[in-house]
Amino acid sequence: MSTPRLRGKPPVWVFVAATIAAVAVALTALAVLGSRSLPARTGPPVEQLAVERTVLTPSVIELTVRNTGPDPVQIAQISVNDAYVAFTGSTEPLNRLGKDVLRLDYPWQEGQPYAVSILTSSGAVIEHEIAAAVETPATGGNLLGLMVLLGTYVGVIPVALGMVFLPVLRRAARSVVRVLLALTVGLLAFLAGDAALEGLELAERSGGAFGGPLLVFLGAGMAFLALTAVDRFLTNRSREQADSPASLDSADGTNGRRLAFMIAIGIGLHNLGEGLAIGSAYAVGELALGTALVVGFALHNTTEGLAVVAPLTRQRPSLLRLLALGLLAGAPAIVGAVIGAAVDNAALASLLLGVGVGAIVQVIIQIAPALRNQTGRYLDPATTGGVAAGLLIMYATGLLVAA
Amino acid sequence: MSGASRRGFILGGAGVALGALPGSARAADGDPSPSAHAGHGDPSPHAGHGVHGGGINGPMFRGGAVDHATNGFNPSDVLRDFDYGKVSKLPNGRTLREWEIFAADKEIEVAPGVRFPAWTFNGRVPGPTLRCTAGDRLRVRFVNASEHPHTMHFHGIHPAEMDGVPGIGRGVIEPGGDFVYEFDAEPFGLHLYHCHVGPLAEHIARGMYGTFIIDPPKPRPKADELVMMMHGYNTTFDAQGNQLYAVNGIPFHYMHEPVRVKRGELVRIYLVNILEYDPINSFHLHGNFFDYFPTGTRLEPSEYTDTVVQAQGQRGICELRFPHVGKFMFHAHKSEFADLGWMGFFEVTE
Ligand SMILES: [Cu+2]
Repeated sequence: MSTPRLRGKPPVWVFVAATIAAVAVALTALAVLGSRSLPARTGPPVEQLAVERTVLTPSVIELTVRNTGPDPVQIAQISVNDAYVAFTGSTEPLNRLGKDVLRLDYPWQEGQPYAVSILTSSGAVIEHEIAAAVETPATGGNLLGLMVLLGTYVGVIPVALGMVFLPVLRRAARSVVRVLLALTVGLLAFLAGDAALEGLELAERSGGAFGGPLLVFLGAGMAFLALTAVDRFLTNRSREQADSPASLDSADGTNGRRLAFMIAIGIGLHNLGEGLAIGSAYAVGELALGTALVVGFALHNTTEGLAVVAPLTRQRPSLLRLLALGLLAGAPAIVGAVIGAAVDNAALASLLLGVGVGAIVQVIIQIAPALRNQTGRYLDPATTGGVAAGLLIMYATGLLVAA
Repeated sequence: MSGASRRGFILGGAGVALGALPGSARAADGDPSPSAHAGHGDPSPHAGHGVHGGGINGPMFRGGAVDHATNGFNPSDVLRDFDYGKVSKLPNGRTLREWEIFAADKEIEVAPGVRFPAWTFNGRVPGPTLRCTAGDRLRVRFVNASEHPHTMHFHGIHPAEMDGVPGIGRGVIEPGGDFVYEFDAEPFGLHLYHCHVGPLAEHIARGMYGTFIIDPPKPRPKADELVMMMHGYNTTFDAQGNQLYAVNGIPFHYMHEPVRVKRGELVRIYLVNILEYDPINSFHLHGNFFDYFPTGTRLEPSEYTDTVVQAQGQRGICELRFPHVGKFMFHAHKSEFADLGWMGFFEVTE
C-alpha cells in the first residue's frame, strides 16, 4: 500500500493517523459525556443464565452455566422437579459471561425428564429442562474414538457411496446431467435452509452473550467470502484454458474439476455442522438423539456424493482425485463430531453451522451457470423439476433424522 | 412407537457402533454389559452399582440456615410467642387489651441466599400472634410505616366499620397514617388477621398476616402450646404457585431446629393456613394421631387423625401427646410443598 509522495504535502499516513485520532477523541467524548446524560438503569436486575452443558452421572446432575445477562447473578438454591437439592458451586455472584459448574445431588432415573429450577438471590427462577436423562458418556480418548467412527459413518462412507454412481452418469445425456445438477442445487438449498434454522435455534440456546443469531450470519458471510476468494484463485490459474467460466463442455474439463472441488468444499463444511450436531448430542448425554442423527444423516448424505461427481461426467478423474474429493466432502464430519463432543458450546456450534450455510450458498452460485440450456435460460421445466426433486429428497430423508 | 421401545432400538444401534470400536467408553467404564443401561423399563439403572449417591435423604437447601438476627425473627421463637397486649380494666370491669402494630416494608432472607421484599406486620412473617379471651375489649392501634396502603382485617364478629376493608369505616390506611381498630373478642376460637387492600393476593403473599387466638371463657386444659402458620413465598411474583413453602416464616427451619416437646405432655398446635396462590394446604404428623378442633370454636374434637387439609384462611387446633421419645417428622401431605420447604421435626424427650 505505498502511495507516491506528493511534493509539499504530508504523507498519507499522517492523514490516516489524524483521522483515526479524531474519531477516537470523538468516541471517547461521547462515551464520557453520553454515559452521564443517560438515565441510570432502574428496576430489578436482569438475571440470565444459559446452561451450556449437562453431564449426568449416577445420582449427580452437573450443569455448566454461564451468565449471559448484563447483571451479576447469585445462585442461591436449586430444585429439581420441585424438590430442593443439595449442590456445590460458587457461592459468589457470577459476573457477566462468567462460568460456573453446579453439581446437584439428585437420584435421577434413566429416561425420565427433569426440570431444574435455579433460584437466584433475588428470587428469580431460571429453568432448565432435561428432556430425557441418560448417563453421559465419559469424555477422553474413547469418546473421541467413537466420534471418529461416527463421523466416518455419517460423512465419508455415504459420500463415497454416492460417488459410485459416476459411471452411470457418464453414459447419461448432456440434458440429464443438467437435471442432475439442478437436483444438486435443490439438495444444497435445502441443506442451507436447514443448517441456518438449526444454527439460529442453537444460537438462541447460547443465551446470546456472544452475539446469538448474529453468529450464524457472521459465519455464513465469512465462509462465503473465503470460498469466493478460493474460487477466484482457481479461476485465475485456469483462465487461459477456459472459454466460459462454468461450461462443462470446456475442452479438458478444468471447470468441471473446479466445480467438483468447490462442491466438495461446500458439502464438507456442511458436514462439519452435521458432525457438530452429533458430537454435541453425545456430549450432553442425549444418546438417543445422537444415534437417531447418525442413522438419518448417513442416508441423507448419500445424495451428497452424487452432487460431488455430477460435474465430472465429461472427464476421467483419477481414482486418487475421486478419493480426495470424497474425503474433502465427508471427512469434516469427523472433525465436527470430535469438536462437538469435546467442546459442546452452543455459540461455537452456531457459528460453524453458519460457516456451512455460507459455503453452500457459494457452491449454489458456482453451479448455477451450468444449469443454462442451449438458449441460455436458467429455469426451464427440466431444471425447476430437478431443483424441486432435490428439495423433496432432502425433506424426505430429513424426516429420518428426527425419527 | 412407544418411547421405551424407540430408545431400546436406538441404544441397540449405539451398541453396534460401540461394539465396532475396541475399548469404547462403556467397556472402559468397567461395565461389561452395555444392555444393562438400555431402556427395559428398569426403574433403578444404578442399583447394580450398590451405591445410592445423594439426594435420597430428602430435600435440602445449600448453606443450612438463614440469618435470623438480620431477619429480626426466628421461627423457633415464633412458635411459642403469644402477644397478650397491654392489659387493663375498663370501668365496667371488663378486660381491655391494647396493641400497637406497625406495617413495614422489609427485605427478609427466606432461604439461604434468597432475599424477599416482604410487607410485614411488626417486621416479621407471620405477624405477631395476638391472644385474648372471649369478651375482652380489644384496641389495636395500626400504624402504617410502609410505603403502601394497608389495613388490618380481623376474622371474628365485629362492627362493619372495624372490618378493615377499603371503603367501609376508615377504610384504607395510607402510608404514614394510623387507626385504632376497636371491638369485642368473639367468638372464641382460632382466627387470623391479614391486610385487606387490593390486590388482595399480593398483600397477603408479601407476608401481611398473623394468628389471632380468642381463648374460651373457661380456659382449655394446660398444655405446651404452639402456633404454626402455613404459608409460602412466590419469589418470582408471577402469581403462579410458590417457590418456597414454610411454617412460621422460614422453609425447612424445623428440620435443623426441631420443635422440642416432652413425652406424655399435652401439646396443642394452633394450625392456620394462609397460603396464597395454591388452593389447599395440609398438615401430617408422623408416628402419632391428634384430636382436631376445626376453627377451635367448639370444645369437642371432630376428628382423631394424623392428617388434616385446610383451604386458605381455614384453621384448627390439634391436641396430642407423644407416647414415644425420638424425632418425628411433620409436613404438608402435599408432597410437593414438603419438598419445597414445608417440612420439619418434633423432637420428643423425657
Ligand atoms: Cu397490605
